[in-house]
Amino acid sequence: MKYLDEYRDAAKAREYARQIARVTTRPWAIMEICGGQTHAIVKFGIDELLPQSITLIHGPGCPVCVTPLECIDKAIEIAARPGTIFCSFGDMLRVPGSALDLLSVKAGGGDVRIVYSPIDAVKIAAQNPAREVVFFAVGFETTAPATAMAVHQAAEQGVKNFSMLVAHVLVPPAMQALLSSPDCRVQGFLAAGHVCAVMGCAEYGPIAAKYRVPIVVTGFEPLDLLQGVLMCVRQLEEGRAEVENQYARVVRLEGNEHARQLVRQVFEIAPRKWRGIGEIPASGLRLRSQYESLDAVKRFGLADHDTAESAECLSGLVLQGRIKPAECPAFGKGCSPEHPLGAPMVSSEGACAAYYRYRSRDPEPALTHKS
Amino acid sequence: MNQAEFTSSCPIPIRQYPRVLLAHGGGGKLMHDLLEKMFFAAFGEAPPSGRHDSAVLDFPTGRLAFTTDSYVVRPIIFPGGDIGSMAVHGTVNDLAMSGARPLWLSAAFILEEGLPMETLWGVVSSMRDAAARSGVRIVTGDTKVVDKGKGDGLFINTAGIGIIEHSQVIAPGRVQAGDAVLVSGDLARHGMAIMSVREGLEFQSRIESDSAPVSGLVLKILAAGLELHCLRDLTRGGLSGALNEIAEAAKRRIVIEENAVPVREDVHAACELLGLDPLHVACEGRFVAFVPPKDADQALAIMRQDETSAGRIGRVEAGDPPLVVLKSAIGASRILDMPSGEQLPRIC
Repeated sequence: MKYLDEYRDAAKAREYARQIARVTTRPWAIMEICGGQTHAIVKFGIDELLPQSITLIHGPGCPVCVTPLECIDKAIEIAARPGTIFCSFGDMLRVPGSALDLLSVKAGGGDVRIVYSPIDAVKIAAQNPAREVVFFAVGFETTAPATAMAVHQAAEQGVKNFSMLVAHVLVPPAMQALLSSPDCRVQGFLAAGHVCAVMGCAEYGPIAAKYRVPIVVTGFEPLDLLQGVLMCVRQLEEGRAEVENQYARVVRLEGNEHARQLVRQVFEIAPRKWRGIGEIPASGLRLRSQYESLDAVKRFGLADHDTAESAECLSGLVLQGRIKPAECPAFGKGCSPEHPLGAPMVSSEGACAAYYRYRSRDPEPALTHKS
Repeated sequence: MNQAEFTSSCPIPIRQYPRVLLAHGGGGKLMHDLLEKMFFAAFGEAPPSGRHDSAVLDFPTGRLAFTTDSYVVRPIIFPGGDIGSMAVHGTVNDLAMSGARPLWLSAAFILEEGLPMETLWGVVSSMRDAAARSGVRIVTGDTKVVDKGKGDGLFINTAGIGIIEHSQVIAPGRVQAGDAVLVSGDLARHGMAIMSVREGLEFQSRIESDSAPVSGLVLKILAAGLELHCLRDLTRGGLSGALNEIAEAAKRRIVIEENAVPVREDVHAACELLGLDPLHVACEGRFVAFVPPKDADQALAIMRQDETSAGRIGRVEAGDPPLVVLKSAIGASRILDMPSGEQLPRIC
């Protein structure tokens, strides 16, 4: 496929791997932020091509994984309300709440629908004026503009039966939280290309300078990732800590101002709890006061509950890059995509799911990850 | 009624009833009309035994293959087919996977009260055409009507009987190390065609379902005197589901070259967009064949007469535990696991 196959070329991939090996003189630990990148790395076996001294640490960039348990429980509570149509991205349906998941609510008679765009949820609301339609607004800076557009459209068209459960999160504050931790092993970052396509790269300069880490804005195809690693290793070897853009075919340094403006009009920055990590200041979005009527939590008067994660599930440590999925005692035993204990085993961007799908049961060294 | 009297529009007097009523399943005059004017009109008269509670058929000597499947696809009509053609092709293809020549089908309908009669006629006509294309006769059937809200428009069950005219045993247990793995054409079109018109996921595309009978092709390969160790149609679970089931049953390791797996460019693009793996997406007119190396080239050549995109995608190796290994596009290896549950599009 044009614009895709070029970035999956085996000979070029090996050439990048050779270049990385040539410039690497000592061990380095690099975190890829985005779960999409993690999946590409594990799916294509990119880490197998890298020298032993380069460790890729999988980051928290999986929106499904970091949506807090309380929020999933609220989604389940809303979806189970008679007469409500609950719209969600497909990935969220299997994520376990403290007792159920959305698929079980659907099986129990709840009207839970998969949508690909928040705009479709507004359409469903317009078509069903007698029913409350709620959209589960999860995701990073990448999905926030579409959610903001849905808010605009609902307001413009006077769709009164539409509201949303907002769980949007922001990447740079999470990077800072990870870097501030005394256990942090990360020496360089591959930043998530799609997030930067919206937000631009300006936020990363101060992080690179403050924590002395190179940050390479990177794409999602095998050659993107290998080139991103090469650029990051070069900086580390040369003692530089700069923001570089590997994904220049998509990302402009200034990002997409229209999209950012839309998000700013609808949302304001707020503290947000991340599943498995805890509350991170200024790391989430909430509806501005003029759009408060669209907040499903307020509309349905949902109370906050204390919820506890399964003690067996170490997904918090996985999300912080402190352990690899296979190092969790529940991995592949009590926890599998069919019976997940934690969200990273569910999502198509979750690290546990990536390892389970592509690696877990093979005994050959060539197919197991490096430790 | 003979073939020449078919019309493309819904037959009289059913048009006096634009929608299916409970009475159409009630055993009275309306049901009689529905059978007479719609089902017998489309599927032909009863077998020589006459209209009876069961069809009585002369069976040729040999082994028979017998299968059944239920069809609940949504939407009922999709690009490249509908639930009717799928209900015929699916069961015909299940018979073909044993190397059988499909002969007879049953067709049982569960109709929801209120189903537009035109929709039913469209589906029934499409079954008639699919049966003709597949060389089978629909010889017995059943109709039930359920209350509005208790069905989802229309469900169909078909069962099929075929005759096995060769002495080979085509089954997972016969898969050997060294066998070539062939696919009969490009993958994932059916699943993506359905996805492109499913409520909430609609996207513009020209992807049409690959729904088609494959029995003719299988019989051609057998007629050429070639040995087939195992065949499996690539329906739910797609290629990865089929390969994993066979690896498990045959206690063998199957190694697939990702770059050799045929996927049309627009289908691949749609999969990328939705975050789906084409190897997990269903087909309705494709199968995988395990062929001993001596016959692999010839089998592939026959497949390519029907479908140029057919390809040799891998081989079988000895190995424990049994699993499917994919050599990725960039040359590394990974497990190709069975998909878990429904394919859910990703967030971003």
